[in-house]
Amino acid sequence: MFETNKLKLFAPPMDNKMGLENAGDVSGPVKEEKRQEPLPSLAIEIKNLAFYYGANIALKNISMSILRNRITAFIGPSGCGKSTLLRCLNRMNDLVDEARMEGLVRVGGIDTNDPKLDISSLRKRVGMVFQKVNPFPKTIYENVAYGPRIHGMKSSPELDRTVERSLKDVALWDEVKDRLHESALRLSGGQQQRLCIARAIAVEPSVLLMDEPCSALDPIATAKIEELMVTLKKNYTIVIVTHNMQQAARVADFTGFLLLGELVEFGPTERIFTKPRKQKTEDYITGRFG
Amino acid sequence: MRKIWKRGDFFIWFAGATLAISLIMVSALMAVIFYNGLRFFWPKDIVQFALQDGKTVLGQNWEREKIPGLDPASKSEKRRYRIKIKQANRDVYGADFVWMDEDRIASEERPGDAIVFERYEWGDFYGFIREVKGKGGRVAEGPDAGWPALQEALAEISAVLEDIRRLEKDDVGAVNYYMEQNRLQLKKLRLKGVESGPEVDALRGEAEKLRAEYDGKAASIQKLKDSLWGSVLVSTAGGEQKEIPVPQIARAYKPNGFGWFGKTGFFLAKVREFVFDDPRESNTEGGVFPAIFGTVMMVLLMSLFATPLGVLAAFYLREYAKQGAFVSLVRIAVNNLAGVPSIVFGVFGLGFFIYFIGGGIDRLFYSELLPTPTFGTGGIFWASLTLAFLTVPVVIVATEEGLAAVPRGMREASLALGATQFETMWRVVLPAVMPSILTGLILAMARAVGEVAPLMITGVVKLAPSLPLDGFWPFVHLERKFMHLGFHIYDVGFQSPNVDAARPMVFTTTLLLILIVLMLNFAAILLRTRLRKKLSFSGL
Repeated sequence: MFETNKLKLFAPPMDNKMGLENAGDVSGPVKEEKRQEPLPSLAIEIKNLAFYYGANIALKNISMSILRNRITAFIGPSGCGKSTLLRCLNRMNDLVDEARMEGLVRVGGIDTNDPKLDISSLRKRVGMVFQKVNPFPKTIYENVAYGPRIHGMKSSPELDRTVERSLKDVALWDEVKDRLHESALRLSGGQQQRLCIARAIAVEPSVLLMDEPCSALDPIATAKIEELMVTLKKNYTIVIVTHNMQQAARVADFTGFLLLGELVEFGPTERIFTKPRKQKTEDYITGRFG
Repeated sequence: MRKIWKRGDFFIWFAGATLAISLIMVSALMAVIFYNGLRFFWPKDIVQFALQDGKTVLGQNWEREKIPGLDPASKSEKRRYRIKIKQANRDVYGADFVWMDEDRIASEERPGDAIVFERYEWGDFYGFIREVKGKGGRVAEGPDAGWPALQEALAEISAVLEDIRRLEKDDVGAVNYYMEQNRLQLKKLRLKGVESGPEVDALRGEAEKLRAEYDGKAASIQKLKDSLWGSVLVSTAGGEQKEIPVPQIARAYKPNGFGWFGKTGFFLAKVREFVFDDPRESNTEGGVFPAIFGTVMMVLLMSLFATPLGVLAAFYLREYAKQGAFVSLVRIAVNNLAGVPSIVFGVFGLGFFIYFIGGGIDRLFYSELLPTPTFGTGGIFWASLTLAFLTVPVVIVATEEGLAAVPRGMREASLALGATQFETMWRVVLPAVMPSILTGLILAMARAVGEVAPLMITGVVKLAPSLPLDGFWPFVHLERKFMHLGFHIYDVGFQSPNVDAARPMVFTTTLLLILIVLMLNFAAILLRTRLRKKLSFSGL
């Protein structure tokens, strides 16, 4: 794989020793990888979605279509509901007492609000990466193998292969292959977040949700994650929530702007950032409020 | 001044001072226990006191104190003190200890041939050898010739005594056990209405055989006992003579003749005896091994009951129960449960576990033994269970705190991978909360080891005939009564017929109890540290 080879050049010094020299590396080779596939199909369909925390309305009347193998970003000020919207896609909101969802969310043809739905199988299809880096306090290997084990993978050669593939996909393999059985907590923050991504893709989801995946990371680690997202979209549909508009502009193919629980505007990133149709969007992206 | 106040210097001083006071008090307590506990094993010189009135007293100087109620104006420093002398020879003098005003003492000397005889009955004897008698009469005369002769006799006799003890305890014990089983089986059959038949005949035949075996063993023990021989004619400092049979002597030594190595060797031998031997003389002599064993086994059983109970309860409270007023109420109740006086738990254990459940078990499964209760009376099982109830709040609180500290992100990560709540709990939360569980367990053990009150009514006894763990099926006898160090302290210190002699045992037993607590805790802490290292949350 091209990516891995590229990274290998500066892989051995790990952790915090990641030099500045690779920071500029992000945009160059990755963008070349971007191949336009003919007619990307629909990955997620949201229709008239409304969401309540008890009596409070968190989301109202949201409709959008998210395309397969594209990166879709949700931007908006704090509390606008972008994380809630993201968590509707894999029903993580179930954890909140008195949360209620109305409308239709279809992920790969599955109605996520179906009461008969096996949530475990939905979450297997829709992986998630969190804002707060959260590896399990286990070894690197066990972190990645956790998901496949949950879903019944027992044979150790198969697990080994899955772990290796996942770590290679997030360009972490060369950095950790000699210490797979050391604690994941000894990795640097950026490495931990890539490990979390590897953990998520180890169960082979089709959609990857990322909830502000870089907000706790330094710029170099952020650049690596962004680079990774662009690589990963070949195989996954990525939905990302971000505070950082530059990040949305850099990586996202489509961007949605949310404000007070409503989807103000949704469209190709380039258009949103250059020719926003709504005044509110323009105000926000130009920094006039929010 | 204002600046000092503002910087909080006073607060720091005050906080430091309180910590220092606590530390000083704890270390002083430990020092007192250590000093008194270990001093007991160190051989004391035997001093021969010549009194003003011409009498002599032979004994060890145990304590020196101001004579209470003396005229404070009196100038003479010496007049103001008296010493407590252990003169032993209870059978001669009537009491082991005597107080002696120092001004009555004319002179002191340490006779090299003064001997301490530790006896199996009547406590110690301090005196001098006059004669050693063997099988056929006098073997040696006088202190110098008598000492090696006594050593020889002791060596030979103690080997025979050891044989007798082994026969009594192991062989006869086993035969007794099988005879009892046989009797119970017969009784069981009779209760079923089977009075005759092949089964009964077989059992009767077996009983005959066992009886014959028992008689054989008893006869051989008797033969060994008859073969015992020898006695020592000893005299006290005052000249009274006394004949002590050699088999009555547990140990004889000349403390005044010990060098430094001799004293250390004696000290170690005494410590060994204390830790590994059975008690003698209604617990005032010998060792406390059964009590150590009972304490440790009881605490381990308690942990076995309390940990799963507390952990499961905490998991339900924190993970599954819908948080609200009711759960808060339960939580408050659990916390208060930890404050209930332990004797209340003891009464609960007696009433509910022993009489109700134990009585029920007896009626259902041990009817052939009734009216002798099996589980319907105090035993290590019920005592452990009672203590488990006493300590379970500690485990619950510690586990709950641990659960609250498990980062939310860790659970979410697991759930987002498609794990169910149970899988998340089992594979992610439980390992992460393990150190907290162990913390709870450490606190619970520390509390349980020190409890005495509830045990006194749920199964602890002064002297247990057998350990709750032995070689007979099913090896672990949870219905048996047991000995406990905490109760031993109370018993030796306050219930002993010879309080002065037993008092050092209070310190040594306390010391041992503290050491056991330390060891149990240390093991748990070691385990926790290893787990923490594996699990540390400090990722970023």
